[in-house]
Amino acid sequence: MENYLVAMAVSAGIFALMALGMNVIWGMAGLINLGLVGFFGVGAYVSALLTLKLQFPISVGIALGTAAAAAVGAVVALVTVRLKGDYLAIVTLGFAETVRLVASNEIWLTNGTDGLSGIARPFGASLAPVQFNLFYLCLVAALVTVLFVLVDRLSHSPFARVLRAIREDEQVAAVAGKHVILFKVKAFAFGSAALGLAGALYGHYTSYIAPDIFVPLLTLYIKLALMVGGVGNSLGAVVGAVVVVTFLESTRFVTPLIPGLSHVQGAALREFLISVSLLVILRFRQQGILPEARAHPVVPTLTSESRLR
Amino acid sequence: MATEILQLIINGIMAGTILAVPAIGLTAIFAVLRFANFALASHATIGAFAGLVANVNFGLPVVPSLAFAFLAAGLVGLATDEFVLKPFRAAGFITTAIGSIALTIALENVVRFIFGNELRGYDLPIRRDWRFEGIRIGPQQVENLAIAVAVMAAVFLFLMLTRTGKAMRAVADNPMLANIKGINAEMVARIVSFVGMGLAGLGGMLIGLDTTIDPLTGFRAILSIFAAAVVGGLGSIPGAVVGALTVGIGEELSLLFLSPNYRSAVGFFTILLVLIFRPRGILGQRAF
Repeated sequence: MENYLVAMAVSAGIFALMALGMNVIWGMAGLINLGLVGFFGVGAYVSALLTLKLQFPISVGIALGTAAAAAVGAVVALVTVRLKGDYLAIVTLGFAETVRLVASNEIWLTNGTDGLSGIARPFGASLAPVQFNLFYLCLVAALVTVLFVLVDRLSHSPFARVLRAIREDEQVAAVAGKHVILFKVKAFAFGSAALGLAGALYGHYTSYIAPDIFVPLLTLYIKLALMVGGVGNSLGAVVGAVVVVTFLESTRFVTPLIPGLSHVQGAALREFLISVSLLVILRFRQQGILPEARAHPVVPTLTSESRLR
Repeated sequence: MATEILQLIINGIMAGTILAVPAIGLTAIFAVLRFANFALASHATIGAFAGLVANVNFGLPVVPSLAFAFLAAGLVGLATDEFVLKPFRAAGFITTAIGSIALTIALENVVRFIFGNELRGYDLPIRRDWRFEGIRIGPQQVENLAIAVAVMAAVFLFLMLTRTGKAMRAVADNPMLANIKGINAEMVARIVSFVGMGLAGLGGMLIGLDTTIDPLTGFRAILSIFAAAVVGGLGSIPGAVVGALTVGIGEELSLLFLSPNYRSAVGFFTILLVLIFRPRGILGQRAF
């Protein structure tokens, strides 16, 4: 049971890393990224492949996975720099699907839909499973803390002020002499790095990754975490991740309580409950549990956005 | 080689014409309601399964089953838009787009709950392919093509000739002016949700007639459908047809140098190319 709770805490930490990354892309810069699983997948696969096939040390693999996700993020941001709103939503979603297609079809490299197994665990040989879980929890918690401090410092910096200005009105930011494209690309790359880091950590924790882990549902989980915690609020992102993982895991216990459900029906019911709860939160609690600080509202309020349109 | 290319182009035209049906649904919803409705994926799946029930369980032929698919997906679309998505629209397109993804996953899982994950096929008479000079054409594909063309013609006539159709075009063109002229925007929104999602359901069944269906049928097609609508210009109905043919033929021709598994990536790259060079699509963002 303790082991299970630790494992849950680790996945909460990985979710928190992704939520913090999305906070920069979505919360500060106001860029939609519905393809966050794509960047998560890039980080996971790059790190797993480098350590599996080229015997890189795990730390180097994780660092390069993070860097690869950041680079891909910068490229995606550059290509889509003129796109807004719905178009950006469609293209980022398409990007994630394309990453999944590559992962499922380049069998010589990624082992296709069977996935990669036996990914190295840090100190996996010398630690007992319980110790390993605790060690990994400390590692993830440390990284969440570092990223949290970084994002929090960032949100008070001039850089984030420019991002918020771009989010509110690109033209005004450009007129003020800000290089809009550069700022967007930097924000996207930074956020993607966090997503890639989360992916790499996931791979080295479970020691198994497959294309069907990177489904759009994961994107929804992170959105859910951000919505619960309040978009644009770093503490909210972490709290939201914990709440979402607790909720996801608790649905695991709810479905067996209903008699006569097959395995598929149970899984379908779980996904149904999760998506419906996102809809309910979206509908009734837009500002999340911890609303953003008043000094810089990060998500436009209902009235200000409709006015902008 | 020449016959091979010709065969691929013919396949592409047939696939593209079928793709045009849900793409018209998507673009019509965008024209009136101004958001990319990702819930189209689950509605295509619902249509495919409703048609399956009519065809396999009730033993109806293909055409009445398609009508059933249209009706079922249209009614679900009407209900979910009214009770789920409508309240989101005031909060802006990001919220609405995310809401529509959550909705599509919820509905997809309702289908999975009822029907399970197995692949299912329609009850179709087995017919031999026609052959002309090395070109193969399946009779069922030709029938699907004819149905898709007839449906499109009906949509065009509806938009051109009926009062409701004209009201829809007016709201798409200029909602404020339409309001001044006394057009009930709420009613138009309901009609476009019903017709748009109905077309998605009909398209989902047409796509499924060629192969098999499962709860992910709609989701697998969504990238091609969005590509078709975006390539032609989101919000333009003739654009959706042009875009669907472009994507359909492009996907088939890609088989010359790509593995068939990458077919749906073609839609993504077409979107990227078109958006980089013509951000408003081939025919621009006019409703008609």
